[in-house]
Amino acid sequence: MTAHVEKHGTTLGLDHRKLGFWTFLASEAVFFMSLIVVFIIYSGRSTEGPGQELLNIPLTAFNTFVLLTSSLAMVLTIDAARRGNQRGLKFWLLMTILMGAFFVGVQIYEYRKLIHEGLTLTSNLFGMTFYTLTGFHGAHVTFGVLWLIATYIKALQGKFGPDNYIPLDVAGLYWHFVDLVWVFIFPIVYLIRW
Amino acid sequence: MATQAEALPAPRVVSWWSTLVDWLTTVDHKKIGIMYVAGALFFLAVGGIEALAIRVQLAGPERAFLHPQTYNEMLTMHGTTMIFLAAMPILAGLGNYFVPLMIGARDMAFPRLNALGLWLFILGSILLYLSFFSGGAPDAGWFAYAPLTTKTYSPHKGMDFWILGLMVTGIASIAGSINFIVTILNMRAPGVKLNRMPVFVWTMLVTSFLIVFAFPSLTVAQVLLFLDRNFGTGFYAAEVGATPILWQHLFWFFGHPEVYIVVLPAFGMVSEIIPVFSRKPIFGYTALVYATVAIGFISFTVWAHHMFAVGLPPVVAYAFGAASMIIAVPTAIKIFNWIFTMWKGSLRLTTAMLFAISFVAMFVIGGLSGIMLATVPVDWQLTDTYFVVAHFHYTLFGGVLLSVLAACYYWFPKMFGRKLDERWGKVHWLLTFVGFNLTFLPMHWLGLDGMPRRIATYGAGLGWDLLNFIATVGAFTIAAGTAIFILNIVVSLRKGEPAGDNPWEGWTLEWATSSPPPAHNFDGLPPVRSRRPLWDAEKKRVLTPDEVRALSTPDEHVHLPPPSVWPLVVAAGITAIAAGLIYTMFVAVIGVLIFLAGVVGWIQQEGYH
Repeated sequence: MTAHVEKHGTTLGLDHRKLGFWTFLASEAVFFMSLIVVFIIYSGRSTEGPGQELLNIPLTAFNTFVLLTSSLAMVLTIDAARRGNQRGLKFWLLMTILMGAFFVGVQIYEYRKLIHEGLTLTSNLFGMTFYTLTGFHGAHVTFGVLWLIATYIKALQGKFGPDNYIPLDVAGLYWHFVDLVWVFIFPIVYLIRW
Repeated sequence: MATQAEALPAPRVVSWWSTLVDWLTTVDHKKIGIMYVAGALFFLAVGGIEALAIRVQLAGPERAFLHPQTYNEMLTMHGTTMIFLAAMPILAGLGNYFVPLMIGARDMAFPRLNALGLWLFILGSILLYLSFFSGGAPDAGWFAYAPLTTKTYSPHKGMDFWILGLMVTGIASIAGSINFIVTILNMRAPGVKLNRMPVFVWTMLVTSFLIVFAFPSLTVAQVLLFLDRNFGTGFYAAEVGATPILWQHLFWFFGHPEVYIVVLPAFGMVSEIIPVFSRKPIFGYTALVYATVAIGFISFTVWAHHMFAVGLPPVVAYAFGAASMIIAVPTAIKIFNWIFTMWKGSLRLTTAMLFAISFVAMFVIGGLSGIMLATVPVDWQLTDTYFVVAHFHYTLFGGVLLSVLAACYYWFPKMFGRKLDERWGKVHWLLTFVGFNLTFLPMHWLGLDGMPRRIATYGAGLGWDLLNFIATVGAFTIAAGTAIFILNIVVSLRKGEPAGDNPWEGWTLEWATSSPPPAHNFDGLPPVRSRRPLWDAEKKRVLTPDEVRALSTPDEHVHLPPPSVWPLVVAAGITAIAAGLIYTMFVAVIGVLIFLAGVVGWIQQEGYH
């Protein structure tokens, strides 16, 4: 497929990559939906061991704030690319990466602390569902950070601009999706008292 | 471009090595489609042999042909193979070959992703079958009910192979579906509006959406099971407060749409074949398409009808029972579409048409027994008996396999330029049709008589001996038909009657090019102003190949993507990671390295963006 065909040859006028990626995200949404449902079904059913009371809500609330702000940085990255603002593009992309990495770092800290306090994957149903749900989300964020770093290397080579921002757009879709999933996970896992 | 009278051009002499490299690195949707179909037919034969082993064991009471453990493995692998390694890939393969041709596209939207799906299917299938050489095949049924799947009841690694092998092929299915959705929505030739698309294309579109939405549920179920088996969790363990029924919910939320995932494209195929051999356009195209979409939606609301016997609250059970009956309405609409298409048509009883008509009749039987089972008290009586086995074989064999065989006879000439032999084809049809009914019709009575399914043997004097023996005779009749089919393929590939562009006088776009089509599919396309672009409304006949060529506007913008080895590398990496999770982490680490190398190569390859 040449760039020419990509741009002008689609029936819906929508880039193949974006349409395909939206479809992929629909599938991912069902994946997380299933994990969330499992968490809810098993909430309050643990027969032993620690539960929600171990979770540090202020810390995770701040982490949530950082992750959501990173979505804003991603929007500004794409906006800069569409305007041809190379400096802005690189700056905001780097900001997105740093905030994403910060989120993962805090999550690792949180896990270490919880394990130290006695909540592990096998402790009880809360441990199982908590670590699988937040773990799969964290793995998605980590993958997103790696993806954005690869994108940043290309940005340093000046590969993106008003004529070629679709790869950034697609990475952005993924990033926003991962954030959006967290918007569901945070209240369900941390805020609601089951 | 061969015309009817000419012999086909002799194949160019090429070394076997360059041929191999060509097929391993191809991104051509037609070659990928052929490999999908070939792989699926191979596994259809393997699954068939497993079925024969089961039938030999059950031919009489208290036989000891198979050890009970081996029986469980055969039963599990028969179901798993037929659903995941035969039905799904054969539909993906035929879809791959014909969807782009039917909408006038040059290829699929993502050619390399397409190749990745193929290799993941093949390598994932091999991984699953490696279980036979690694301590034992999966043995807890294709439905893998917890807690039978836990280490306690299935201690060897078979279920781990089941989990990871199917995850690998699952990635293939999702990748393929994304590709179909984008291709169908976004790569239609000018004039091919949504409401002019062939019904087969519509069904592939709906099926792709079902795969995208249904598979993640299976993946989650499998991830949790894998953690239970290998990392000490207890997602399905009642002793820690969990419920094993969770597995059934997650599995059937995938599993019931899965039934429609395989049957909808089959509906699509007969919706192409019956009109062409009745010389009439499909009756009620719009109703047929809406029915397809309706089935797609409703299929997500019926999963618990597999679970009436687990003790659902009555209101829940009846709601799911009602939804399951409602799905019969759009299905019945389709049956009437096919019948009224044939009504007063000038029928040509080719092998393809015989299979298609048999499909309609057999699927009606499967549908009616489905409605019986959707009635909650009836299900309580019949659940886990051979009646259920009879029911779903009438839908899957009578529904999917008969229409796939019809499609094989219908499309083989387009794919290889030669027809399958019609006389042997009719022998194949007769043996299959008779054998199918001999095998599965008696199972209705066996089920009503209370014979339980999934058991390795049964006692003498229960009145089940004769019917079981008849079923076994039927299974071998099917096998004889299949042997003839395979021979027919092998012989017809070399010596079949040359087909020409349009041997059946079809009117959809795949018949507007040579047989087999060139790498770029079409030199030019005729204008598409209706659902039957090759139909000449004035002369009331199909355009001849020369007329099609005269009407076509040549297309100068032919850009074919270069071949790529990276899909194979990425697929090998993913499969090695999966294998490493079963055997040893060392293999998984190597898998990660292969995967990363593949991804880097993929991104860097020139000629794509």
